[in-house]
Amino acid sequence: MTEVTETTEATVVTGNSNDPHLQPASVHPKRTEKVVAAFIVLAAAGFATYGATYWQGGSAQLQGASLGIGLVLLGIALAAWGKYLLPRGPFMEARHPMRSSDEERARMANAVIERGRLVMHRRGFLGKLLAAAGAIMGIVVAFPVIRSLGPLPKKSLDSTDWLPGSYLVTAQGLRVKASDVEVGGIVTVFPVGHVGNAMDQTVLIHASAVPFTTMPGRESWTPEGYVAYSKVCTHLGCPVGLYQHQTQQLLCPCHQSVFNILDGAEPQFGPAPRPLPQLPLYIDTAGYLRSQSGYDQPVGPGFWERS
Amino acid sequence: MSDDLAASADLTTGGDRTPASASVVDRLLGWADDRLGIAKGSELLDKIFPDHWSFLLGEIALYSFVVLVLTGIYLTLYFVPSTKDVIYHGPYLPLKGKAVSEAYASTLKISFQVRSGLVIRQMHHWAADVFVGSIAVHMMRIFFTGAFRKPREINWLVGVTLLMLAIVNGFLGYSLPYDLVSGAGLRIMYSIVLSIPLVGSYLAFFLFGGSFPGNGVIEPQMFIMHVLILPLVIIALIAVHLGLLVKQKHTQFPGHGATEDNVVGSPLYPVFLAKTLGLFLIVTGILWALGGLVQINPIWQFGPYRPYKVTYAVQPDWYMGWLDGALRIMPSWEATFLGHTIPLEVLLPAVVFPGLTFTLFYAWPFIEAKFTGDRASHNLADLPRHRPKRTAVGAAGVALYFMLFAASSTDVMANFFKVPLNTVLWTFRITVIAVPVAVGLLTYQICRELSAIPVSREPKRPVVILRTEEGGYVMEETPIRPGDGPGEIAPVAVPTRVGIE
Ligand code: HEM
Ligand code: FES
Repeated sequence: MTEVTETTEATVVTGNSNDPHLQPASVHPKRTEKVVAAFIVLAAAGFATYGATYWQGGSAQLQGASLGIGLVLLGIALAAWGKYLLPRGPFMEARHPMRSSDEERARMANAVIERGRLVMHRRGFLGKLLAAAGAIMGIVVAFPVIRSLGPLPKKSLDSTDWLPGSYLVTAQGLRVKASDVEVGGIVTVFPVGHVGNAMDQTVLIHASAVPFTTMPGRESWTPEGYVAYSKVCTHLGCPVGLYQHQTQQLLCPCHQSVFNILDGAEPQFGPAPRPLPQLPLYIDTAGYLRSQSGYDQPVGPGFWERS
Repeated sequence: MSDDLAASADLTTGGDRTPASASVVDRLLGWADDRLGIAKGSELLDKIFPDHWSFLLGEIALYSFVVLVLTGIYLTLYFVPSTKDVIYHGPYLPLKGKAVSEAYASTLKISFQVRSGLVIRQMHHWAADVFVGSIAVHMMRIFFTGAFRKPREINWLVGVTLLMLAIVNGFLGYSLPYDLVSGAGLRIMYSIVLSIPLVGSYLAFFLFGGSFPGNGVIEPQMFIMHVLILPLVIIALIAVHLGLLVKQKHTQFPGHGATEDNVVGSPLYPVFLAKTLGLFLIVTGILWALGGLVQINPIWQFGPYRPYKVTYAVQPDWYMGWLDGALRIMPSWEATFLGHTIPLEVLLPAVVFPGLTFTLFYAWPFIEAKFTGDRASHNLADLPRHRPKRTAVGAAGVALYFMLFAASSTDVMANFFKVPLNTVLWTFRITVIAVPVAVGLLTYQICRELSAIPVSREPKRPVVILRTEEGGYVMEETPIRPGDGPGEIAPVAVPTRVGIE
């Protein structure tokens, strides 16, 4: 089938052209050749179409179709050439075990262990010093890599910018008056001077026409039926932006936590573990909505230092 | 001295293997060999690649990565990694005159002003999805055929690392345009980091440069990670992956003359090369066509990120879906410990669970070897049915991640099937455990029954039945013809010369 010629260095194997291994896999190579030729021509046409489309500033769809189809056709042509027109084999090669001979392994082990001993022989103390110095280096190198990145949290997660008497302002920077929001309406508000702040964001809801109480001890927090909660979901901090007036629920779109605004935003559903903190409100003599104080607890998701 | 003379003689004659009459290719090869000795490695041209389709999966991953690098470089020419606000003046009218981040504005510019920019940006995104997908399916092939066993455990470890890096880099890239959806993704990532006991708030502050959304350092840092550091690490690991593959050679299915001591298939040059270049073009072509034809991540519809804004149906790319699903169906179990908060509802699904997942992936070859006591080297791939336990574990695992992925659209399902969200949630809490268990048991049973049926891997060749003059019958095998399938002929070594005269 095959004839092997031994030369001095490499083995040259000459295949015999009648060898079935060297026949194309295609039963009708001439026909296959024609199909491959057609694909190559069509591919070229696709490329040309893309060129023209680009030139004309054509749509993304046309660009995608023309060049994409061209590439796929050329790819099919090449793959078919390889699969059907080249020697079909099967060919094989020998595999050699990864493991070396026992002698080679012994030689390696001896070299590593013996020479290693040479280094540490009667110098154990030096070795310990080296390890200690290495450890110190490892630790201090981490400083510039990690510590330089950002500030320390300190107490900044515990409080927001809401202060006693803060005006409630909208994302457009307008102060909200008690007459501004209809019953069933919702506005996102910030303490004046901190518009857009991620931690301060608060939903102001005109939940009912009359004052109501969300929890014992919060009787005065909801003047004229206005109630305000932190907008930062206690699960992972998404803005809790979807309010349903009929059910008096706030929904977080990220993982579907649902909070009941009538009973202190207690989570009714979903993964959020805690109620949304409530902002105590009052209406000043000029009719503006203002906060009695800041939040009485950290807002947003849980973290280790939160007590 | 005589060596030097010989060398200079080489120079003047162009080397003894390359007389002046030799072809250009021969002369070039000789030129390179004089300097690099490349001919000594030319058996690499004979390297055999098994012909089974499942070996394409890794190649698809490789080629989508090539596309990612090429399209990614193109995107870096226009993308501006900055969260600083600018006023948008581009051609997309709904946003005209609005304040948007530079990152967002430059992504809009790529989409609407750079010619072919939208195609390339969408191609990059599609390639990312295909990249992670093909890695995952490739990994299943390795798992179910036992190709991770000795001697290939190291390459399994490299592969698992590549999967992890691909997911991380995908998330970083997805976050770069700083649109409303990806910004919400970053917000969630910040809170996940924050949930880690003891060091969470420090880590979160270091990464984001302060309380979310931080001072803006995250954007350029994510950018350099996404376009430089992680791609370099991935490239290095791919090199190791393929280097090990060359050294250890492929596994193969038994039959067709394949044994533990050989590899049967097509030689690298030219058969495999032609086929694989074809595959490269096909993958690139499909990704290009997807980039042009199928919209993905239309960030102009989401709007720029504002921490207090939100859209409905927030969903990450598919390969983050299992984590999102796990977060959704987790009960709200926040714990307190000595006056400290431990947000288990976040920690368990988003930190512990992926940690366990990848630990298990890494450890699997060693766990299995421990259970089976099998320490031998294997080059023949298992048929999944012959390893009912492994196959059952694998199928249960696939079912688990699939169920978690499905759980990432609880809200969409509730809307679609018009059932209360609560029902959907509880259905998932139960099925996420029940379905994998059932799938595992069923797979085990099916494998046991299938493997009881003997299969011959050798296809039968057609025979001719002749009637003799005496009235008897004889059966004759037909001669081998091209097209009978490679199983018909015993494999031979690749001939160096094919002698086309
Ligand atoms: C593991 C490989 C990679 C993955 C999985 C990946 C994934 C992604 C994804 C999903 C996006 C969002 C695209 C969108 O806006 O819809 C993205 C954006 C981007 N990627 Fe990559 N990428 C990879 C490698 C690279 C490389 C090697 C480069 C550059 C050398 C690069 C450059 C960029 C740039 C500049 C953007 C932002 C521009 C934009 O979003 O349109 N990427 N990447
Ligand atoms: S962030 Fe609100 S439910 Fe997850």
